[in-house]
Amino acid sequence: MRQLCKGNVAVMKGAILAGCNAYYGYPITPASEIAEAAAKFLPQVGGTFIQAESEVAAINMVYGAAAAGARVMTASSGPGLSLMQEGISYLAGAELPCVIVDVMRGGPGLGNIAPEQSDYFATVKGGGHGNYRNIVLAPASVQEMASLTMLAFDLADKYRNPAVVLADGFIGQMMEALDLEYAECNIPAKPWAVKGTPETRANVVSSIYLESDELEDHNRQMEAKYIRAQNAEPRCEQYCTDDAEILVVGYGIVSRVLRSMVEKARAEGLPVGLFRPITLWPFPSKALAKAAAHATNVLVVELSNGQMLEDVRLALIGRKRVDFYGRMGGNVPTVEELREQVEARIPSRTEVFAGEVE
Amino acid sequence: MATDVKDERTGFETYEAVHEKSSVFYDLYERKSDLKQQTHYCPGCGHGVAHKLIAEALQDLGLQDRTIFVSPVGCSVFAYYYFDVGNVQVAHGRAPAAATGIKRACPDKIVISYQGDGDLAAIGTAEIVHAANRGEKITVFFINNGIYGMTGGQMAPTTLVGQKSTTSPFGRRPANEGFPIHMAELLATLQAPVYVERVALCDNKNIMRARRAVRKALELQRDGAGFSFVEILSPCPTIWGKEPVAARSWVLEKMVPEFPLAVFRDRKEPLPANGAPPQRPVIEVLGIKEAINNHGNGKRTQPFKGLSINIAGFGGQGVLLLGQLLAEMGTEQGLEVSWLPSYGPEMRSGSAHCWVILSKSRIGSPLTAKPDVLIAMNEVSLRKFASQVPSGGFILYNGQTLPEDFPMPQAQVYCIPASEIADKLGSAKAANIVMMGAMLEETGCFEPSTATRFLEAKVKNPSLLEIDIKAIAAGREAVDHQVNLGPLSQPDGFA
Ligand SMILES: Cc1ncc(C[n+]2csc(CCOP(=O)(O)OP(=O)(O)O)c2C)c(N)n1
Ligand code: SF4
Repeated sequence: MRQLCKGNVAVMKGAILAGCNAYYGYPITPASEIAEAAAKFLPQVGGTFIQAESEVAAINMVYGAAAAGARVMTASSGPGLSLMQEGISYLAGAELPCVIVDVMRGGPGLGNIAPEQSDYFATVKGGGHGNYRNIVLAPASVQEMASLTMLAFDLADKYRNPAVVLADGFIGQMMEALDLEYAECNIPAKPWAVKGTPETRANVVSSIYLESDELEDHNRQMEAKYIRAQNAEPRCEQYCTDDAEILVVGYGIVSRVLRSMVEKARAEGLPVGLFRPITLWPFPSKALAKAAAHATNVLVVELSNGQMLEDVRLALIGRKRVDFYGRMGGNVPTVEELREQVEARIPSRTEVFAGEVE
Repeated sequence: MATDVKDERTGFETYEAVHEKSSVFYDLYERKSDLKQQTHYCPGCGHGVAHKLIAEALQDLGLQDRTIFVSPVGCSVFAYYYFDVGNVQVAHGRAPAAATGIKRACPDKIVISYQGDGDLAAIGTAEIVHAANRGEKITVFFINNGIYGMTGGQMAPTTLVGQKSTTSPFGRRPANEGFPIHMAELLATLQAPVYVERVALCDNKNIMRARRAVRKALELQRDGAGFSFVEILSPCPTIWGKEPVAARSWVLEKMVPEFPLAVFRDRKEPLPANGAPPQRPVIEVLGIKEAINNHGNGKRTQPFKGLSINIAGFGGQGVLLLGQLLAEMGTEQGLEVSWLPSYGPEMRSGSAHCWVILSKSRIGSPLTAKPDVLIAMNEVSLRKFASQVPSGGFILYNGQTLPEDFPMPQAQVYCIPASEIADKLGSAKAANIVMMGAMLEETGCFEPSTATRFLEAKVKNPSLLEIDIKAIAAGREAVDHQVNLGPLSQPDGFA
């Protein structure tokens, strides 16, 4: 049924529908409503909510619950995410599934609480120590705050790996119609978990491999699973990309503004298309290369100084001119602002880029 | 196995060692072939003795199949080589947090957090204090050997005054490093722990005491009593540079005077009962039980494509609420809606605003730089946002007239003294509803009856509801009797 719901609250509704029964977190704007919703919902449905003493403690509580086989999550924003990074590395190393929601705010440091997309590197490229990857999903609506959180739980279990839902302050704070249905969820068996039972007595959850060869093997096995995910999981949404001469690329709140801009531009006959990655890791590189096939120019827009930009460039290595437009500090570009950026790049109106390789 | 025996002649308890390995230990350890029979601990190390006491207690209490052992970072990182129970190895200092997650997931299991003094009393101070304060129903064994063993002899928070370590090469100086930290005493200042004792592995008599403490702590957990904590003063012959026997004496002679052996907490009165809220079905809790979409059927009578609205004013004027009400009505009417509040420092300064979009098709940006409608509840908002409304849009301003120096905006302006009107109706708080009435009248985006129905469902207080319903009517009337202050035409969103 349809209900008006805040993005952050939708996260928790999705989580509970996905069978999440434990939440450990620490308040931080603009993510606190997730903890508040968890505190309200979970104890009424037999779940656990604890406000931890810090994000360091929270992520390690998540580690413990995940080791015991629970569907467990936490949520935070930039500074809290920084504190969780050691724990996330341990979770990845011990191959424990969990969901971490980062409702991004402005940084670095205390920055501000307005929306940014500056934790892309910190989540997509690792952030903690060691060779590991997070699965990273980027919702662009309240509905997706719920549905991608649900998907995150499934992918986390499927790959035995942390999955991050990377949202921004606006997607977290805004309200939209949310359509949810209750269905029994299929949580896979976790024979590896440590549950304090005779059957699981022999199980060990650990990330320590003292011998070089053992640790290398462990890393190679993780790498193999990351390659499997790269083949199977990339997701994206495309809008008017078939004949797009200018391809704009953005995720989260930015993709919404870009979509409005493309709508307007198309109405005026401008050949613009939108490519929106839904999975930031694995990055939908192949689909992007295809979508950019006809484009003379690719424009990446982010609320950062150019982080996803690197993955777009890698996906299109040398084949396309890739430009960047970014805003920071909580400023979100307007439709008109982006429209100007695109207009300046319409082929007939710009010089041919000297370095372009077709 | 060891047993307490009271010597009939002397009356002293003596220790009778039975050299048989507890069945809670693996037969062979997961170590390199020639080491499978022995632990990785140095000869005379307190960890080995503590392990033995714990294994024996688990065996005697029949808890082996139910136990989850959380091993720290420190010399005991490999405790899972030895304990044939469920094992979870965790980050440095975080064992009480991980144990919390485990115990909450498996409330009827025995969860043990085993930690050294660097792990528990330095890097993990917050985690142990708060696990204890929450009264987690776990057992913590705290091995205090006054030093960092694993990393080769650096100072611990429990290192004695004057004691040399690789990072206090001139001896610990209180002026520089402070005094040894007393964790048992510290935790005993909290209300929740049920049992806190300090014991020492310095001679047979004290080892027997330690044995009883270990057992008691586990029994308490088995019985669901609460948080139990045993601090174990423990020799580290290797780092101390002493023979095993001398190291034991050092515990007695040097450590015990600093860290008195005592029971610091043995709680008899039961802890408060759980107090969890009543359990309800998921669909009910998440509010996904019945559709609110059973009146509107998504059909609308007015020709309507969409509308973007910016509502702004002081906090407390119901700005955000008005936005939500509109979005909720849109949701019910089968429209796409978005509601985006300003949040943060702006809120602290006392102003608030939100963007609302109602649309028949998928909504792109929830932000709009050019709203069709501005509802300005105060002058500040008018000044800030009026210029954003394009011609064809309109502004509802909460006031008798525009401020004198205010340049005529390109959009049409209606001055509606909503606060005054609401005040006369009986509550200044209904000013936002007056504005809603005006907006509905001007845009026709929802039937006034829809608004009334929503208010009836939301406003529980009958006298307030009456005021609100009057406020809608008053707003509609006010806008109808408006002096035209700008170019009149329908906003963009109307076909
Ligand atoms: C975050 C982090 N910082 C530092 C270390 C290095 N480290 C490993 S064990 C240890 C101290 C262990 O001392 P203690 O807890 O007293 O245990 P012991 O070895 O004496 O039994 C340190 C500092 C680490 N593993 N992780
Ligand atoms: S270094 Fe000390 S604590 Fe570590 S095993 Fe050796 S004696 Fe035990």
